[in-house]
Amino acid sequence: MESTIIKSVDYNAYFGTNHVVKNVNIEIPKNNVIAVMGPSGCGKTTFLRGINRMHELIPGATAKGQILLNNEDVLEMHPIFVRLKIGMVFQRPNPFPNLSIYDNVIAGYKLNGIKISKAEKDRIVEHSLTRVALWNEVKDSLTKKGSFLSGGQQQRLCIARAVAMEPEVLLFDEPTSALDPISTSTVEELFHELKSNYTLIIVTHNMQQAARVSDKTAFFYMGELIEYDDTKQMFTNPTDTRTQNYITGRFS
Amino acid sequence: MSTKIKYRIGKSGVFQGLTIAFAFACVIPLIAILLYIIKAGATKINWHFLTNVPKPVGESGGGIANALLGSMLIILLASIIAIPIGILCGIFLSENKKSKLAYWSRLCVDVLQGIPSIVIGIVAYFWLVKPFGGFSAISGSIALAIMMLPIVIRSTEETLKLLPDSLREAGYALGLPFHRVILKVIVPCGVSGILSGVMLSVARIAGETAPLLFTAFGNPYLSTDMRKPMQSLPLLIFNYATSPYNDWHDLAWGASMILLVWVLLLNIFTKLITRKWKVQL
Repeated sequence: MESTIIKSVDYNAYFGTNHVVKNVNIEIPKNNVIAVMGPSGCGKTTFLRGINRMHELIPGATAKGQILLNNEDVLEMHPIFVRLKIGMVFQRPNPFPNLSIYDNVIAGYKLNGIKISKAEKDRIVEHSLTRVALWNEVKDSLTKKGSFLSGGQQQRLCIARAVAMEPEVLLFDEPTSALDPISTSTVEELFHELKSNYTLIIVTHNMQQAARVSDKTAFFYMGELIEYDDTKQMFTNPTDTRTQNYITGRFS
Repeated sequence: MSTKIKYRIGKSGVFQGLTIAFAFACVIPLIAILLYIIKAGATKINWHFLTNVPKPVGESGGGIANALLGSMLIILLASIIAIPIGILCGIFLSENKKSKLAYWSRLCVDVLQGIPSIVIGIVAYFWLVKPFGGFSAISGSIALAIMMLPIVIRSTEETLKLLPDSLREAGYALGLPFHRVILKVIVPCGVSGILSGVMLSVARIAGETAPLLFTAFGNPYLSTDMRKPMQSLPLLIFNYATSPYNDWHDLAWGASMILLVWVLLLNIFTKLITRKWKVQL
């Protein structure tokens, strides 16, 4: 039986008075890839950003309810600890433009002032870049700036940066929407590799991508979690008509 | 081709010609001033000029060492006061774009920028010079620091505002606390813009005379005591150029030349570091 790593209980998120995520209850099993899909403005990104407390960085944003990480409520924890345990990759690749590729990978340690030995740094950099299939491409140019890479490489660098912190969960906010098809498929292959060590939650508005990469899929609509099931079940035999309409392309 | 189109092409040509002509016209005053000051000042400058204090009336020779050192000290202290405050204030304004406090302090900074320097001088005179019983270099530095503040604040704010939010998010998502996001991510990425603002503000106050008239006052001798009156380049130029003595006029021309070179070098240096330290986003 798979163990649950993240569980949300009656989670609600607001922007001011605007209620964007409504009463979401979801259980996410460990070492799975979860796709979160839904039309624009359905609250899927807000929910994702709620998991590592990024949501509340926006002025006026608030949240209610519980999100349990290994039975500990992240809303009660200090956001800094939450974000060390739950890494995040964004829609647009955002490597630190002032840092080299090497320093970008260990940015979580370097910028946090966590002291580690040179050998340890080297190990983390090589290990993380290997995990995201970038090591061979950049091993001779580690001292170059991160912004020198192509978009797809930058995104993998950002994944490596998140992986380097050895989090338990990785959140992806439409990680391939700014990438070309080849880079997209490279990143998608990574998801299969990464799930042996981490739990991945991926927001996507690309249904094919959800179907390709995920074990379970959650469908959000108008701020509510409509349906949450095994991906195969969801795409072949959805129970809710709204899910069915969305999957068959009757609205987007 | 119809005459109508020819006419339109002609009009466009004339317009383009005018913009080019006026672009050149802008350069003329600068070149004229430069040439004139170099002609009048360059021959006066030598090692003796830079390392000696002015001689009394009637004796030839003498230099501007007191004014040069005084200007440096006054500007140094003004920078020490204004740069940290200005940068921190700029960071606040860029990170809290919509707060009430940001709105009001931004307004105040804009108004402060518009206050004539003579007014800042007279206020410094009544607040600092009179209560503390005498002219002092410190009061001059404070007056100049007030003039620097708005430039440093606005350039810091404008630079940091241009950095994408995704950069801040990248920092937060790695578990960085606010101060580390600012100090390790945002400021390093905007360092070229912040520095150029700082340099421009230094260049701006280097030639300010009005606030120093009632504060640092001037001093014919070499002095390093910030609590006492101190000479500075613009004050020396003002006092000596309006004097009736030819020797003193020469000193003023030489000092003008030095001041001009100083400001030009600062501007060129600013351009260079902006280019060198610019972070490619």
